[in-house]
Amino acid sequence: MKYFTKAYWLQLSSPKTFYPVAGKWIPLFWVATIVLSLIGLYYGFFVAPEDYQMKDSYRIMFIHVPTAWLSMWIYIVMCIYAIIGLVWRTRLSNMMAASLAPTGALFTFLALWTGALWGKPTWGTYWVWDARLTSELILLFLYFGFMALRAAIDDPQRAARASALLAMVGVINLPIIYFSVKWWNTLHQPMTVDATGKATLPEAALISMLIMTFALWAYTFAVSFMRVRNEIIENEKGSAWVTEMMGPKK
Amino acid sequence: MIEALDMGKHAFYVWGSYGVTLLFMLVEVILLTTKKKSLIKSITRQIRLNRE
Repeated sequence: MKYFTKAYWLQLSSPKTFYPVAGKWIPLFWVATIVLSLIGLYYGFFVAPEDYQMKDSYRIMFIHVPTAWLSMWIYIVMCIYAIIGLVWRTRLSNMMAASLAPTGALFTFLALWTGALWGKPTWGTYWVWDARLTSELILLFLYFGFMALRAAIDDPQRAARASALLAMVGVINLPIIYFSVKWWNTLHQPMTVDATGKATLPEAALISMLIMTFALWAYTFAVSFMRVRNEIIENEKGSAWVTEMMGPKK
Repeated sequence: MIEALDMGKHAFYVWGSYGVTLLFMLVEVILLTTKKKSLIKSITRQIRLNRE
């Protein structure tokens, strides 16, 4: 089995080998995204009962909580890639970090957006400057900063180094987001589900949230692989293998 | 089935959340595919020019 050899995984870190492999995985991730979303939405809308206090607005949770989780997880994964790129100077890890940032920013925006639309009927306001909401907004700016810094520096090695440093400093924000509802008196309610597994929602609601989270993970893989493939051919367009792959067939 | 989708007075908030999420995800995919097409076009043109 080639998958169990170290050589197989090492050569995957080269953009040339990774390009076709990513291409093969993308359709699988799309199937997973669609199937999981349909199951998750089914549980969220048809199985989960109406909440007696929040009525139907609590169904926003099934998209709000997964986007909020993903906004933080993608940042962690992006940061790990950026650090690997910083230490071992591997081009592919820098490209992966860059490919995750826009999707991370998108989910951060969506977490804020769905949170606002949940907040209006529940708290009576779209936005407050409390610790949870403000730290999530800072996360959005960290993603923007990461992307802007990469775009602003012409030399790709220097761009990768500078943005990796920014990403590492920004990691401080993650525990602040996560624990903000415990550390401060926030308007944002305490965690619906915390790491110890305590939950305050009906089972079907939790199942929906969990499956939607997996659906968004699959989506994240699909789009970041699409983006990294674009990054690869853009960065390597002068190289022999790209020329051979895209040139006229003999 | 349809009654289950009636969100009452919260319809705007619920569908506003899911609708915008779906819209932005679709836009992301469209942007990526357009970018891919334009990249392939410019790279193949460059290769052809170099051959001539």
